Amino acid sequence: MPSAPAGTLYRGREGMWSWVAHRVTGVLIFFFLLVHVLDTSLVRVSPEAYNAVIGTYKNPIMGLGEAGLVAAIVFHAFNGIRLMLVDFWSKGTRYHRVMLWVVMGLFVVTMAGFLPRHLMHVFGGE
Amino acid sequence: MTTTQTQAAAQLPIENPGEAYKRRKTTRGNFELYSWVFMRASGVVLLVLIFVHLFVNLVAGEGITAIDFGFVAGKWASPFWQVIDLVMLWLAMLHGTNGMRTIVNDYAERDGLRMWLKIALYTAFVVVTVLGTLVIFTFDPCPADAPANLLPSFCTA
Ligand code: HEM
Ligand code: HEM
Repeated sequence: MPSAPAGTLYRGREGMWSWVAHRVTGVLIFFFLLVHVLDTSLVRVSPEAYNAVIGTYKNPIMGLGEAGLVAAIVFHAFNGIRLMLVDFWSKGTRYHRVMLWVVMGLFVVTMAGFLPRHLMHVFGGE
Repeated sequence: MTTTQTQAAAQLPIENPGEAYKRRKTTRGNFELYSWVFMRASGVVLLVLIFVHLFVNLVAGEGITAIDFGFVAGKWASPFWQVIDLVMLWLAMLHGTNGMRTIVNDYAERDGLRMWLKIALYTAFVVVTVLGTLVIFTFDPCPADAPANLLPSFCTA
């Protein structure tokens, strides 16, 4: 076994950073999901309990957190498709870097569609 | 290599001449291969389910501001959303837990630490998945003792 910590031996460029980002976003979504199922389960306690907890989420800080979560998912999802194309498509390895730019492009477009509307809900009052 | 050894090797009978070539003859199973395939198959399905989930809950209508008990009850009164959420829950928990297992294997080098992290991980998986499943199946959109203004409108009908 190598004595250097595993995972730090990767050297490279886009390939390495997209791998790190895929890993970080995956972990983030996983922990969100644990909390998310727990708070959703409050619907079985009482309508008041659920509304009280969800009510504490309805503020600008959580609103920005939701935007960050959506960004993490959109990246992880599109990059995940890219990983599958690298694995299964015969030309996948040749175009993996081009496809990362496609992923970033789709990411920007998706977020540009989502953010204004979400931020309007979060900051728009009411 | 000495001549005698080479001759000995050449004279060894082939055990089963018609057998297909196998690169790996150990029998530890194909678990890692199946998990690799599962990560990809579940990923495609999750992309659709989660994007729909986020669109319906965050973008459509009043977005996040509309979410309360009445909103959830309105969705889970229909078997369609119950099934969608059930499949999403199971696939996301399996996909996420399996991904976390890979990460624990990568970074936790001490056997004891790795074992405890995995026990914690699998415990979280069981608790959250069972809880989420029970919540979907036992949900009552119109609990009898709740104030009517918190319930979806179809409860009073
Ligand atoms: C900020 C973004 C999100 C909001 C506002 C939100 C909101 C909700 C709401 C209101 C419910 C109740 C039932 C329903 O509406 O279908 C729910 C359930 C659920 N959500 Fe989300 N969600 C979000 C993100 C996510 C993400 C990213 C995932 C997947 C990783 C997810 C997975 C689930 C699952 C599995 C359930 C069912 C829980 C159970 O079985 O008890 N949600 N969510
Ligand atoms: C939205 C659709 C999703 C797609 C298309 C997707 C796709 C993928 C793919 C292809 C992998 C690579 C597996 C490998 O390298 O063998 C992966 C890893 C992973 N995913 Fe997802 N995934 C999605 C949603 C999720 C969700 C909801 C979670 C959390 C609950 C999650 C957590 C993880 C984790 C923790 C890893 C391991 C990362 C690593 O080993 O570096 N993913 N995903």
